[in-house]
Amino acid sequence: MKKVIKLENLDCANCGMLLERTVAKIDGVTSATVNFMAQKLIVEIEDDKDGVLEAVKKSAKKVLPDVTLLGV
Amino acid sequence: MSKNTKRLVRTLVCLALIIPALILQYALANVDICVWFVVFTLIYLLSSYDVLYKAGRNIFRGKVFDENFLMAIASIGALILGEYVEACVVMIFYQIGECFQSYAVGKSRKSITALMDIRPDIARVLRDGAIQTVEPDEVELGEIIVVNAGDKIPLDGEVVFGRSNLNVMALTGESKPLAVGVGDKVLSGTVCTDGQLQIKTEKEFYDSTVYKILDMVENASGKKAKVENFISAFSKYYTPFVVISALLLAIIPSIVTFEWKVWTFRALTFLVVSCPCALVISVPLGFFGGIGGIGKMGVLIKGANYVEQLAKANVFVLDKTGTITKGEFSVTDVYPPEKRQEILRYAYICESSSNHPISKSILKECKPFEFSGYDFEEIAGKGVVARKGDEVILCGNESLLKDNGITLAAQQYKEDLTKTLVYMSINGEFLGVIALSDTIREDSYEVVSNLKKSGAKVYMLTGDNKQTAQAVASKVGINDCYYELLPHDKMQKLEKILSAKDKRDVVCFIGDGINDAPSIMRADVGISMGGIGSDSAIEASDAVLMHDNLSSLIKAKTHCKKTMGIVKQNIVFALAVKFSALLLSVFGIGGMWYAVFADVGVSVLAILNSIRTLKTK
Repeated sequence: MKKVIKLENLDCANCGMLLERTVAKIDGVTSATVNFMAQKLIVEIEDDKDGVLEAVKKSAKKVLPDVTLLGV
Repeated sequence: MSKNTKRLVRTLVCLALIIPALILQYALANVDICVWFVVFTLIYLLSSYDVLYKAGRNIFRGKVFDENFLMAIASIGALILGEYVEACVVMIFYQIGECFQSYAVGKSRKSITALMDIRPDIARVLRDGAIQTVEPDEVELGEIIVVNAGDKIPLDGEVVFGRSNLNVMALTGESKPLAVGVGDKVLSGTVCTDGQLQIKTEKEFYDSTVYKILDMVENASGKKAKVENFISAFSKYYTPFVVISALLLAIIPSIVTFEWKVWTFRALTFLVVSCPCALVISVPLGFFGGIGGIGKMGVLIKGANYVEQLAKANVFVLDKTGTITKGEFSVTDVYPPEKRQEILRYAYICESSSNHPISKSILKECKPFEFSGYDFEEIAGKGVVARKGDEVILCGNESLLKDNGITLAAQQYKEDLTKTLVYMSINGEFLGVIALSDTIREDSYEVVSNLKKSGAKVYMLTGDNKQTAQAVASKVGINDCYYELLPHDKMQKLEKILSAKDKRDVVCFIGDGINDAPSIMRADVGISMGGIGSDSAIEASDAVLMHDNLSSLIKAKTHCKKTMGIVKQNIVFALAVKFSALLLSVFGIGGMWYAVFADVGVSVLAILNSIRTLKTK
C-alpha cells in the first residue's frame, strides 16, 4: 500500500533526508522517499499491518516538529 | 508577513544595530568592556533566539547533529570565549543565508509546479440536461462533459459535439494548435482555446492521460540516480565526521600547546561548516528541474536514474516500423492486378481480426462487407490464418506460406525491393500479393547521423524482409541492421547486444511501445514513441517521446547531459568549498563568518545553478 503525506514547511533538505532514513527503519515500512521539491513523503507500507501509518506520522512529528503533515 | 520575511527583517535590524555599536566601541575606548559584552549579547539574542529555541528543543528529542544545534553551539562557544562580535556576525550571516536559501527553494518549487500546471481543477458535467461543476474524479465513464474556451480538458474522451482548436503544448511541447471536431479523440491536459466541446468520457480521471503524467513526474524522484545515492550516503557520515574532528581539534592540540582558547575557536568554526545542505538540496533539485525541462520538450522521463543513463547512452537500438519510419503503410499495388477485387475481399476477412499496423492499412483499402463463421489464428511475426469449414485463407509473409507448403508463383513481384509484401493463398493455392510501402520519417537520417557523430553505435531491428530492411537502413545511414526477426528474436538480438557491451556502455532501445514492450523493458533505457494514448507504452518504458518524431530524442539526450553537468558542478563546487573551509579553519585563517559563507553561500549558489536545469533552448 502506498501512502503520500504532504509535508508543509519542509525547509531543510538534510532534515528531509533524515526523515527518509528514520521512517524507512520503522517496522512494516518497505520503502520511504522524501521528495524535497514536491514536499512529499511517499511511504510503502505492508498491507496487513495496523498502526504503521500512525508510527510514521509520530516519527515524522518527532524528527521535524516544524512541519505540518497533510493529506493522510 | 510570511515567516521568512519576518526573519529577514529581524536580521536586518540586528545588522543595523551592530554597525553603530562597532563604531562606538572603536570610538569610545575607555568604556568598560562589560558594557559592550551586554550590548552585543543583546543583539546576539535578538538575532538568534529562534535558532537557540529550536536547538534546545532538539536536544530534548535526542537529535544532536542538527543545523540549529551546531550553529547554537558554535556561536555560544564564541560568546564564552569573548569573541562576542564574531558570535553576532556569524548569526546574522547565517540568518541572511537561510532567508536566501528559503527564498531560492520556494522560487524553484514554484517554477517547477507552474511547469506541471496541467492538473484540471474542475469538470463541467451534463446531468439531467443541466451543467454541474464537479471535481474531475467524480465524473463517471460515459458521461458527457462540457469544455468551454479556456478550460483544460479534464478527462480523456471523444468529441460528440462542437469544434475547437486545442493547445497541446503541455502534453507534447508542440506549439501548433490541434483542430478537433466530432468523432475525434481528445486527451486530458490539453486546453480548449476557442469554441465549445461536448466530450463523452472514455476513461475515469485516475486512468486519464493527465493524471498518469502528473503521477509519473511527481514520483520521478522515487528512482534515484547513482549520484543521488552517493550524496545520501555521504551526508550520513559527513556531519558526524566533522563533529568528531572538531572535538579532536579542540582537545588534542590544546593538550600539547595549552592554547585551548585558539583551538576551541577553530573547532567551533568547524561546526559551522558541518551541514551538507548544499549538496543535499542541489543534487535532487538539479534532477527535478532536469526532468521538468525535458518534459517541456515533450519527453517524459521516469526518474533521475534514467536522466543519468540517457546522458551516458552510447548504444542505440531502433525498431524500424513506427520508429525510423512513420508506421503508416499504404497499399501501392496488388498483383496480379486483374485479381485485385478477389484478393482484397479475402484480405478483408483475414485482416479484420488483427491489430497489426499493416493489417489496418490493408483494411483501409478494402470495401467493407458482412461475413461470418471464420476462426482466426494470428501467428506473431508471420500473419493470419482464417478457417471456415474446408476453406483456409492465409494472409502473411513469405514464411507463413512456405510453412504451409505453398509455392510462390510469380517471383517478379519481389523486384520492388523497398516494399513490404503480404502474400495471400486460398485452400493451398497461391492467390496473389499486396504490396505496401511505409514512409521514412523526415528527421530519421539527421538523428542517426547525429548519434553516430557523438560516437554512438546504432542498430536497426525489424521483422521485415531483407530487401526492405536494407533499403531503409541505407537511406537513414545505419550499417548494422537485423531483419526478418520475430518479436522474440528481437529480444534475443537485444540480449546479445546487451551481453556484448562494455561495462560503461548504456543500451537504449526505441520502439513504438506496443509490439516491443518486452525489449523496451529489457534495455537499460527503454524509450517508446508517441506514447500518448497507449497505456502499456507509458508503463513499460523509462522514457516516452510524446511528439511523434525522433529528433526530440536528441534534444532530450542533450538536456540530460546538461543536467548531469550541472549536478556534477554542484558536487565538485560544494565539496571543494567545504573542505577548503575546513582546512582554513584548522590553520586559523579567516574567522568564523568565512565558514558561514562556505556553508550557506554555497547552498544558495548551488540552488541557483540547479535552477538552470529547468531552462531549455
